Amino acid sequence: MELLVSPGETLLDVLREDLNLTGTKKGCGKGECGACTVIMNGNAVNSCIVAAIQAMDAEIQTIEGIGTSDNLHPLQEAFIDHGAIQCGFCTPGMIMSSKALLDKNSSPTKEAVKEAISGNICRCTGYVKIEKAVFAADEIKSQNPVGGEK
Amino acid sequence: MVVKDYLLAQSVEEVLDNFKAYPGEARVIAGGTDLMIDMKSGKEQCSYLVDISKIEELKKIECVDEEIVIGAAVTHSQVNKSQIIREKAPLLSKASGVVGSLQIRNTATLVGNLVNAQPAADGAVALVALGAMAEIKDHKGTSNIAVEDLYAGVGKAHIDSTSQLVTCIKFPVLLPNQGSSFVRLSQRKALALPMLNVAIVLSLKADDSVEWARIVMSPVGPKPTRAGTAEKILAGCVVNDELISQAAKASINDANPRNSGLRGSAAYRKEVLETLVRRALEEAVAAAKS
Repeated sequence: MELLVSPGETLLDVLREDLNLTGTKKGCGKGECGACTVIMNGNAVNSCIVAAIQAMDAEIQTIEGIGTSDNLHPLQEAFIDHGAIQCGFCTPGMIMSSKALLDKNSSPTKEAVKEAISGNICRCTGYVKIEKAVFAADEIKSQNPVGGEK
Repeated sequence: MVVKDYLLAQSVEEVLDNFKAYPGEARVIAGGTDLMIDMKSGKEQCSYLVDISKIEELKKIECVDEEIVIGAAVTHSQVNKSQIIREKAPLLSKASGVVGSLQIRNTATLVGNLVNAQPAADGAVALVALGAMAEIKDHKGTSNIAVEDLYAGVGKAHIDSTSQLVTCIKFPVLLPNQGSSFVRLSQRKALALPMLNVAIVLSLKADDSVEWARIVMSPVGPKPTRAGTAEKILAGCVVNDELISQAAKASINDANPRNSGLRGSAAYRKEVLETLVRRALEEAVAAAKS
């Protein structure tokens, strides 16, 4: 896709304002909460502090692209099943951080999961159910390798 | 101030050309994790941003003739995961691995950490302990400055980002008789500035006497601070628990942390610093002996 952006725009601005992809949330706007996490060229990044033009020619994955309501991504399934969602505001960022991990590491350790989501703040759940959901998603993925990913 | 243009440079020459084309108005952006926030708040202003993240020659980590060279576009994640760095300068891998959060480390650069010049910049603290040099290019040519001498004050480096580009940092690999450590105290494991960090590189002779040691502490002053008194105590002496304790105790003589509501009082941090230096020395010595 080709898009004209202003020099001062951030990747988050482009996603939410120009592309109407509002699944990615604006939390702190300073890279300190992770609500804006997307996957850029395979790595989780805070889109609120990535300059839009720096994302030129990059592959960007957002929450909208990983599953549908009829065909949930294993992470989305697991988050729902394990009560890892309360208000839901951190959830897109949490899922994208988790997906960035599972895409690279198919059997992560507990430490690896903690590191992967350590840049995502949740004020509701206390994180334990989120961690459990990530491990459960990993299980679902390994049982069903082609599972709703784009 | 509105950014008039965002320029994706493809080479170092292009960066220098842009400095010339827009004197004083074009500044370097690498990962942008500090600069984007500073521009939003008005702390930094410029009309043109010159992005170096796509310049191939700046994206490398190389070991050439026992010297490691890390390009200005290399991210903290890349430094943390690099096999070369893990083997030949492990304290730097550790330091880069604790900056901010994973998302920030995937975007932010080690050299940017240096140029941003915060007193406790984890990458900078480790680089001072490694005796690293920064290569700087401008219209006059190329110069090399010790990372330790780059700090001009809190948040200010002796680099003008509108006319100078740090292209890489270089430091010698750790030899078999040398050891390193990086120890950090912070309120959380991520998304937390350091309350204290200590980086050590030391060299032992065959008889286990200390040939030299660089003990770097922060934030205990406007820049990463060498524990000169402690280093002198260690020099030439055979290392043992008592010597380490002496050196650790002496390290607080060179430390002057300020009172911080977020990061601990001066008194608390001075008290804890002795323990951190002791642990860091023990770790570095063990690494040198192994």
